[in-house]
Amino acid sequence: MKPGFPILLVMVASLSAWAAEMHAPAQVTAGTSLAIATNGSGRGTFYLIGPAKVSKRDIQMGSQISVDADELERAGRYLAILCASDGCTATNFSVIAAAPNRLSLLVHPSRVPVAMSNGITTVAFVFDNFRNLVLKSAPVEFTILPKDGSELRATRQSEHGVAWVTMTSARKEGITRIGASVGHASEVRVVQQVASDACNLRIKASRVNRELLVETDPVRDCSGNPVPDGTVVSFTMTDMGGKTTVDVPIKRGIAKITMPIKGRARISVASGVVTGNDLEVTGG
Amino acid sequence: MKNVLAVFIVLATGLFVVLAWFQSGGGERRQMRSASTPEQAARFLLSEIQDRNFERAYEQLANRSDVDKKTFIREFNGSDGSLLTYASLETFDVWGLRTDAQEASVRARLHYTTAVGPLDDVRDIKLERRGETWKVLWPVNPTPKLPPQVIPVNYLRWDVINPRDGDDWGVQSVDSPQVRIISMNAISRPDSVVLVGEVVNEDSVPAYVNVGATLLDASGAELAQESSFDKISHTLLPKQVSPYRIDFPNLRLERVKKVRMDVKALLESASADPVIEISQQKIETDPLGKQVLSGQLVNESGQVVNIPHVIAAYYDSNGKVIWVSDGYVAQALLPQVPVPFAVDLPAEVAKNVHSYRVVVNHFNTTAQT
Repeated sequence: MKPGFPILLVMVASLSAWAAEMHAPAQVTAGTSLAIATNGSGRGTFYLIGPAKVSKRDIQMGSQISVDADELERAGRYLAILCASDGCTATNFSVIAAAPNRLSLLVHPSRVPVAMSNGITTVAFVFDNFRNLVLKSAPVEFTILPKDGSELRATRQSEHGVAWVTMTSARKEGITRIGASVGHASEVRVVQQVASDACNLRIKASRVNRELLVETDPVRDCSGNPVPDGTVVSFTMTDMGGKTTVDVPIKRGIAKITMPIKGRARISVASGVVTGNDLEVTGG
Repeated sequence: MKNVLAVFIVLATGLFVVLAWFQSGGGERRQMRSASTPEQAARFLLSEIQDRNFERAYEQLANRSDVDKKTFIREFNGSDGSLLTYASLETFDVWGLRTDAQEASVRARLHYTTAVGPLDDVRDIKLERRGETWKVLWPVNPTPKLPPQVIPVNYLRWDVINPRDGDDWGVQSVDSPQVRIISMNAISRPDSVVLVGEVVNEDSVPAYVNVGATLLDASGAELAQESSFDKISHTLLPKQVSPYRIDFPNLRLERVKKVRMDVKALLESASADPVIEISQQKIETDPLGKQVLSGQLVNESGQVVNIPHVIAAYYDSNGKVIWVSDGYVAQALLPQVPVPFAVDLPAEVAKNVHSYRVVVNHFNTTAQT
């Protein structure tokens, strides 16, 4: 073979590579495959640089480059580069989020006192199947299911992937379920609406054998809700024997304790920072 | 010459052995065994207890027939997971109170080292003369026993379900409990600054609470940072109030311009049981002449409380917290059995105390189901 022949081949090949071009669409939906047309001839190398993935492969110039759907799951700007023996050419395109199909739902707080104005904040973040935030406005349906009431619904358009509602807690204690749904996705959170501090805390005493039974009236907040069981009520008795204190949790709505008593005694009651009535009793 | 050196070495060795024996208390022990005085008899008994020779200590008692050996050993060795099971008698002091021809009484202060720090116990011991020696008359206190029975316990228990590793973002946890410091008072002590006050759990769930504080000087620079450590009841049920105390050793209050309080609360699985009654509380002077707040604890539930911890808040006439003191109780709380307690109160504080409030914290050394 004459030495000038390979050099000619290389020159021809370089010319054809220089003429190579790529044609990619400006925008693609996440999770869909893509075909990028090329021209020219010979072998080349194709690079795809995305927000979360980089790939490289050898291709035949002049044919279509097929990019699989799983390579385009993350929304964002992608850069496609085609390199042949004489140089590289590049193009970029956007991958946008697919249809809304997932939700992240944040409800705060998880426990709220009853009748608290704008006390519950519910925020829904709208995502597609591939966890891309869907920036396009989409209707999000919020539902509120009180413990003993009918379901309430409200729809809000998401803005930049976020939709939210604020609401006032119910006047009655108990669990309420707050949900949000978009596409095929729905999420539910539980908010516990709890009674406020005890209101009008009162005790009464009666004699049981040789001891004194001291018990509260049913402990309720100022809205009439029963203060939850387990809430501590502190009884303090001062008599000739000294002072006696007992922290008693409320059980079935009331707190009670039996105490031995010597002579005259004064009994007081408190729950947290709330104080109740005092009793003067005389023992044996 | 060679023999003289050998004799000298043997004599010197013998001398050192004798010196070492005296140094290790051998002479004292021998003197104590003779128990020719009430103090010596009490010291001998306590030294046997210190060496954990409970059998030999028991043999020293004058009234062995009245004292149950196991009960005697339990008094020093602990039982039911009590603090004494994690303690050893480190030192003791004995001094005479009264002596006549046949009877005497001495006072002993026992100093234990325990898992939670030092613990002092003061006991008055009676002795009687038996021939040439004195023997200890151990007090016969029949331990109250609760008849076998079933005590139904149906108080609430709270469990917490936390988010798991594989959960999506946005599967939120439940909120931390709402707790609030309801009072704080900075007190100047001769060698320290002390912060005392109270904290309340305002929430409807139990909270694990810790209170910390940072002292700042006039330029805003940090002087010291401390936490309440064990001078607080960490587990607070809904609406429960606990005193707290934070000690800043080697600091003067004059240097402190600002105090930054920090209360941390975490959700905690807890039970409303056991309920502990604190009865017969009174401020009195103990046998050593110190002011103490004493009383007795009664475990109202059916489970044993291994290590009770008493925390007391003292208020002045304006209702301000002026001191917080605490103390561990050596005995476990068996159901319905009263156990005495006493916590120290500084004399200069005692004269200003108008009222007080006591809470009981407890630690269990065995898992409860």
